[in-house]
Amino acid sequence: MSLDTRVETPRKLTRKEQRAVDSKTRLSSPAASIIAVLIAIFWTVPTAGLLITSFRPAADVRRTGWWTVFVDPEFTTKNYVDVLGTSNVADSFFNSFIITIPAVLIPIMLALLAAYAFAWIDFRGRNALFAFVFALQVVPIQVTLIPLLSQYVQWGLDGTFWTVWLSHTIFGLPLAIFLLHNFMKEIPRSLIEAARVDGAGHVRVFFQVLLPLLVPAIASFAIFQFLWVWNDLLVALVFAGPEYSPITRVIATLSGSFGSRWYLLAAGAFVSMVVPMVVFLSLQRYFVRGLLAGGVKG
Amino acid sequence: MSQARIARGLVVAASATALLTLAACSGGTPAPSGSASSAATDEKCAAFKDYGDLTGKTVTIFTSIASDSEAKPHIDSYKPFEECTGATIKYEGSRDFEAQLPVRIKAGNAPDVAYIPQPGLLQTLVRDNAGKVIEAGDLAVKNVETYYDPAWKGYGSVDGKFYAVPVGANVKSFVWYSPKMFADKGYTIPTTWDEMIALSDKIVADNPSGDVKPWCAGIESGGATGWPATDWIEDIMLRVNGPEVYDQWVDHSIAFNDPKVVAAIDKAGTILRNDKYVNGGLGGVKTIATTSFTEAGLPILDGACYMHRQASFYQANWGEGVKVGEDGDVWAFYLPSINADQKPVLGGGEFAAIFADRPEVKAFQAYLASPEWSNAKADATPNGGWLSANKKLDINKLVQPVDKLSYQILSDPKAVFRFDGSDLMPSAVGAGSFWKQMTDWIALGKSSQDVADAIEKSWPAK
Amino acid sequence: MLWLLKPETLPEKFAVMILAILLFALVMGLVLAVVDRPKLPKWVPVAGYLGPAVLLITFGLLWPGMLTIKNSFFSRTGADFVGLENYVRIFTDETFVTVIINTLLWVAFVPTIATALGLVYAVLVDRTRVEKFAKTLIFLPMAISMVGASIIWKFVYEYKPASQPQIGLMNQVMVWLGLEPQQWLLNPPLNTFMLIMVMIWIQAGFAMTVLSAAIKAIPDEIIEAAKVDGVTGMKLFWWVTVPSVRPAIVVVLTTIAMGTLKAFDVVYTMTGGNFNTSIIANEFYIQSFNQGQPQIGAALAVILFVMIAPIIIYNVRQMRISEGER
Repeated sequence: MSLDTRVETPRKLTRKEQRAVDSKTRLSSPAASIIAVLIAIFWTVPTAGLLITSFRPAADVRRTGWWTVFVDPEFTTKNYVDVLGTSNVADSFFNSFIITIPAVLIPIMLALLAAYAFAWIDFRGRNALFAFVFALQVVPIQVTLIPLLSQYVQWGLDGTFWTVWLSHTIFGLPLAIFLLHNFMKEIPRSLIEAARVDGAGHVRVFFQVLLPLLVPAIASFAIFQFLWVWNDLLVALVFAGPEYSPITRVIATLSGSFGSRWYLLAAGAFVSMVVPMVVFLSLQRYFVRGLLAGGVKG
Repeated sequence: MSQARIARGLVVAASATALLTLAACSGGTPAPSGSASSAATDEKCAAFKDYGDLTGKTVTIFTSIASDSEAKPHIDSYKPFEECTGATIKYEGSRDFEAQLPVRIKAGNAPDVAYIPQPGLLQTLVRDNAGKVIEAGDLAVKNVETYYDPAWKGYGSVDGKFYAVPVGANVKSFVWYSPKMFADKGYTIPTTWDEMIALSDKIVADNPSGDVKPWCAGIESGGATGWPATDWIEDIMLRVNGPEVYDQWVDHSIAFNDPKVVAAIDKAGTILRNDKYVNGGLGGVKTIATTSFTEAGLPILDGACYMHRQASFYQANWGEGVKVGEDGDVWAFYLPSINADQKPVLGGGEFAAIFADRPEVKAFQAYLASPEWSNAKADATPNGGWLSANKKLDINKLVQPVDKLSYQILSDPKAVFRFDGSDLMPSAVGAGSFWKQMTDWIALGKSSQDVADAIEKSWPAK
Repeated sequence: MLWLLKPETLPEKFAVMILAILLFALVMGLVLAVVDRPKLPKWVPVAGYLGPAVLLITFGLLWPGMLTIKNSFFSRTGADFVGLENYVRIFTDETFVTVIINTLLWVAFVPTIATALGLVYAVLVDRTRVEKFAKTLIFLPMAISMVGASIIWKFVYEYKPASQPQIGLMNQVMVWLGLEPQQWLLNPPLNTFMLIMVMIWIQAGFAMTVLSAAIKAIPDEIIEAAKVDGVTGMKLFWWVTVPSVRPAIVVVLTTIAMGTLKAFDVVYTMTGGNFNTSIIANEFYIQSFNQGQPQIGAALAVILFVMIAPIIIYNVRQMRISEGER
C-alpha cells in the first residue's frame, strides 16, 4: 500500500544539468525509446481506426477497412451531422455536466471529512471502520439498484438529479476516502501538532495546513470520478428521469432498435469521448502526482 | 475533392447546431388544443366521447422504442386522443426497457402504461408483482373483443384475466429474396418445403465456386443473441408437427427435449448448419453466430446470397435507396409449409399493459385497442414498418407492400396463426436458455439433442 | 418549489446544481463549526466527521449488499427459503462453471499483464524526450468508456470470409501475412483471451502512469550506486527498479483486479456472454435483469464478494503493517 511522496527534486536543476543526470541514470537506450513509441502507436491504432471510420460513408465502412482511406480517401461528416442532429443531444450534453460536477464535488467534500478523522483522530475501532469502508468497494453497483430506487420512490425523489448525485456520491465515497486518507497520513504529524500547539482547532488545521497539501490528491480522485460519472450509463438509466438524460444515454439509443443506424456508433462514441479526453489531458499532471502519494512509505 | 466535401459538411454541422439551439429556445409547450372547438372537431372526436373529459390529466408511457425516428410515429399517434380528451401523454423510450421495467415496478415507480414486447414477460410481471399490473378496463375489453381475433385477447391474458391490449403485430414466416436475381436465373418461388430445398440445391450446383450460397443468416443481437434462430425452430415446429403439438410445446405439456422437438431442430440444421447452404457472402456456418441480424440479409444486395428468412420488420434494414416490393430490389415470399394446402403463420406483437388504476389510464389503454388508434398510427408511420391485427385497420393506409401482405396474411381465414413461441415461454427459457443454446448450437456445434436437453433442464419449476 | 425537484429550463437546472453543491458545502461547514468547540467529548468530532460518509455508505452499499446475501438463499420471488439450492445450481451447471473459470482467467491475466506491460513501458520511456507524448497515447483508453472501447475493438476483430476484403484490422494483418482470417470472438477459449486483451488495453495506461511516477521517485543515488557496482540493463530492472516500486505494484494490481471483477461492459457489449465468454459480473446482470432469475444473480454476486475478499484482506493487512511501521 505504500508509495513514496518524494516526487519533486529538492532544487530546480537547469535543463543542461537535468539532461546530464538523465543520461546517467536513465534505464534505457535510444533504441528502447523507439520500441516504446512503436508500442504506443500500436496502442493508439484501434482508436485512430475508429476515428477514421467515424468520418467514412456508411456503405464504405461495410465494404472496406478504414486503412484503405490512405489509398482512396473518401470522407464525410454526415455521421456527425446525424449524431448532432438528433434531438436532445445539446440538452443531454448540458445534463452530463449538471450530473457530473456535483457528483465529483460532493463525494470529495464528504470524503475529506471522513479521511481527516481516519487519519488524524485516534478513536477506538478506527482501523476496523476504515477496513469496512474500503471493503465495501466490493459491492457491485448492480445489486444496489432496486433497493436504492425503492427508497428514492418512497422519498418522492425518483427521476430527479438529486438521486443521481446521491448515487454517484455513494459509489465514489469508498475510493475517495481511501485515496485521501492515504495521502493525509503522509503529511508529517509534526506539521499538524505544531499547528495545534499554536492553538489551531480542527477547522484551522484542516483549511490552513492540510487542504493546500491535498490539492494533487483531490485532483486525482476528481479525474477518476469525472471519467467514471461522465462515462456512466447504468446509473443514469435507472435513476435519471428521461428529461435529464446524459449524453451517454442519448448515444446509446442512436442506432435504433433494429440497429438500422449502426453507422452512427463510431461518431457517437467520439462525441461522448471529447469532454473526458480534454479533461484528462488538461489535468493529467495532477493525476500522476495524486496517485503517487496514495500510500505510506514502504 | 474530399476536402471540399468535408468543408461543406462542417458548414452543415454548424448550421445544424444553430438550428438545434433555436429549436430548443422556441420549442417547449405544445400548442393548446383548440378551445375554439368547431363542428369539425366535434365530428372527429365523436368516437372519443366514451373516454370522458380528461383535461389536465397526464398519462406516462414507457416503451423499448427509443430512437427519435422510431419514437415519433408513436408520439404522433396519441395526438387525436390528446386533442379530443384534453389529456397529455408523456412518452419515454429506452433500449434497456426489458431490464428497467421490472426494476421500476419492484421499486414502485412503474410507468402508467408500458408496451410489453412478449406475452411471456407479461406473465412474469403479473405473477411476480401481485396487484401491480392492473386488469384492463371494460372499455378496453369491449374494444379488443370487437376489433380483434379472440386469440389476441388470449395473448394479453394471464391466468384467465385480461391485462394487455395488442398494439402492433408482425409476420415472421417470410423469406426475403431478390426478384431480379430469381428472374435472371429462372428460379421460381417455392411453394412447398421440398421445392425450397430443391431450389437451394440447384443454387449450390449453379455456383460451384461456393462464393454464392442459397442462404444467409445472422443471429447476433447483443444481449439477445440467438433469437432469430429460435424463430427458425418455431416456424419449423409449426410446419413439421402442426399447431396442436406447437401449443403443447409452448405451454410445456410436452418436454422441450421431446423427440418431435429434436427432429424440428435437426430439420432447421439441414439449412442452418449446412456449409453448402450458408452463409452466403458472410463465410461458413459459424459466422451466423457473429453476424448481426440487422446485416444478415444484406448479402442479397451484393448477389452473394439468394434467400434470407426474417420477419416483416426487416424491410427497415435494407437501407436507403433499396426498393422493397414485388417489382423492386428485394421482396419476400411466404416460408412454404411441408405441403401447399397448409398455411401456418408465425408472428409476434406488442401489448400495452397498465400499472395505474386511474380513469385516464384505462381510457388511454382502451384507445390503443380502438380502430381510431390503429388508423392514426398507420397515418403517423409514413414510411411503413408497422401494422396491427385490428380488423378495422384500413389496409390502404399501409404504405409498404410488405405491411399490406402481412395484414392480408393475418386476416386470411385459412392461415393458422401462431404467436412466437419463445415470446410465450417463461423468460428464463424464452429470453434465456433457448437463445443461448441455439447460439451454442450454431457456434459450438452442440448437437440438437444436447441443446434440447439443456433447455428442458432450465425450464423453471411451477 | 417544484423546480428544485423537476427543473425544466437550463438556468433552472444549473441553479439546482449550484444549490446542491452549496448544500453539501453547508453540511461540511456545519460539521466543522460544531465539532471545533473545545472540550467536547471525543466522540462528537468523530461522529461529525464520519457521520455523513458512513451513513451514505451504509444506506447505499452495506444494506443492498446484505439484501443480496439474503436473496441468494431464497427462491426466485423471495418467498421461500431454499438454503444452498441456488449455489448448488451454479456449481453443478456446466454453463455457470464456465463462467466462474472465465472470471478466474480474467482476474489472473488482466491485472498481471496490464501491470507488467505498464511497468516495462514506464521503464522504457522513462526520461526520454518522447516520454510525455508516449505516455499520453497509452493512457488515452482510460478516458474512453468501456462501451466505447468495446466498439473500437469490435471493429478490430471484425471478420469477413477470405474471399472478401477484410474490414477488421486484425484479420487484414492475417491476410497480409498470408494466413486465413479468423473469427476472433467465436471460438473458445481463444475468444475469452481476445476480450481479456481489450480490458488490458484499457487498464495498462493506469498501471503505467502510477508505476512511472513510482519509478521517478526512486532516488537517483540508488541507481547511480547500482551502476557504479556494474549493475545495468535487465539486472538493474530486476534488482533495483522492481523492488523499489513493489508497494506501487501492489496498489496497481489491487485496483485493476477489483475493477476487472466488477466490470461487465466489455463482455456484455462484445459477445453478450455467448460462446462461453461470460464472466460473473456479466452473468449477474443477465440473470437478474434479462432473464428474471434474481436469486441466481444474487448468488453470483455473493460468489463475486468471496472472490474479492482475499484481495481486500491482503490490502488491509498491508495497511496494518505499514501502520505499525509509523
